[in-house]
Amino acid sequence: MKVQDEFIRRLASQGKRADGRKFDETRKIEIIERPIEKAEGSALVKIGRTQVIAGVKLDVGEPFPDRPDEGVLMTGSEFSPISYAEFEPGPPGKESIELARVVDRGIREAGALDMKKLCIKKGEKVWMVFVDINILDNYGNLLDAASIAATAALSNAVFPALDKEGRVDALAPKTKKKLPLVFKPIACTSYKVGDMLLLDPTIDEENASTARLTVTSRDDGNLCAMQKGGIDGLTTDDVMSAVETSIKKGKEIRKLIK
Amino acid sequence: MKRNDGRKPEDLRELEIEAGVLENATGSARVRMGKTIAVAGVYGPREMFPRRLQKNSQATIQLRYTMAPFSTDERVRPGRSRRSQEISMVAGNALEAAVFTEDFPKATIDIFVDIIQADAGTRTAAINAASVALADAGVPMKDLVCSVAVGKIDGTYVVDLAGKEEDASACDLPIAYMPSMDKLTLLQMDGNITKEDIKKLLELARKACLKINKAQREALKKRWLS
Repeated sequence: MKVQDEFIRRLASQGKRADGRKFDETRKIEIIERPIEKAEGSALVKIGRTQVIAGVKLDVGEPFPDRPDEGVLMTGSEFSPISYAEFEPGPPGKESIELARVVDRGIREAGALDMKKLCIKKGEKVWMVFVDINILDNYGNLLDAASIAATAALSNAVFPALDKEGRVDALAPKTKKKLPLVFKPIACTSYKVGDMLLLDPTIDEENASTARLTVTSRDDGNLCAMQKGGIDGLTTDDVMSAVETSIKKGKEIRKLIK
Repeated sequence: MKRNDGRKPEDLRELEIEAGVLENATGSARVRMGKTIAVAGVYGPREMFPRRLQKNSQATIQLRYTMAPFSTDERVRPGRSRRSQEISMVAGNALEAAVFTEDFPKATIDIFVDIIQADAGTRTAAINAASVALADAGVPMKDLVCSVAVGKIDGTYVVDLAGKEEDASACDLPIAYMPSMDKLTLLQMDGNITKEDIKKLLELARKACLKINKAQREALKKRWLS
């Protein structure tokens, strides 16, 4: 392992990557819309050999007391052992919690969903939006894949039908009404390998990296979430470069989402 | 612009740092930033259990951040929350950057931080306290890590957000910083700001961190040199 990390860092210092990509070049990104018929919205995102699926389910519930006229958003993630030899079954680990929370903050802080439009009756009934992210195959860059999948799933999600008592009728066909999505937040993570910053690492590059910075951008180029990971420190120049890259890549990726 | 507690935009809250506040811990510190109070205790370097988690060529840094149930207006449910687990991880990483972990192979350095009163900026207070506690424990470090959150209220950039300000701010951007190496070891942000905002906020935060770094050194001098 260590030898490989050294190799990848040395390559990076020469301006090269093992698969010949440029530092700011991502692998091929493919978005398959609505692969899960039973979910209100869903998307399967493939970045190279990495595969992440996000599903959106809706339910009717009570609002939080401090926000009586707003819907509720909950984001979870599952690092399934199916996806990587080092992922073990059990309750969510800290990496899984971090991923879900970073994706959640991106959606929430961007104001991606108009939460007020998710209110059914003030103080009593609101729509609860559950975004669940399932990792299928981990070949690196899970955070970005998860963010793209979540945003794509929200953008194709529709409301379910309600029964006479105002509960979700899970067996009835869904409505055609889309969720009130105002912005499409996209997370873009820069990884520090040696002294260089690169995008969309393979799993080997990710293991050789010593720090990362995730920056989530909105359609208007504003930034709505950042999260540094890893032990190594970053310079202000590193941060500003990651911010610029995120704005640029966000624009490209947003075009792939319907 | 005057802030509701009378501070200028670049002012920190009242900052109080004391090293060596616990008897049992190898090293400890208490940090008060306004109404936010963090107590940190360091145990170790000591043997890592279970042994299969030992790292052969370096020590493991484990940080556990906990909010006391009585620390906020509404009682905090005891036990580990998703939030506390994430903060434990990012704060631990922020400090590990400064520690010469290679000096203690197979060992663990356990850092426990209890937030006994919370009024915004708990992760920054936790890091400031933990950093002094590590130094108090005699753990060799490259620098004292210092930490502060910055934000933007009504168009003005402000330092060290207090409880009510956090809601009014366009963003919450906490950093941890190693001044001697000019490196950021923690960086998070939520809100809605521009690229220019980030640049200016980082500049402001780094300046504020230097003041905290000075106070941390003073606290250690008071404990060990007087």
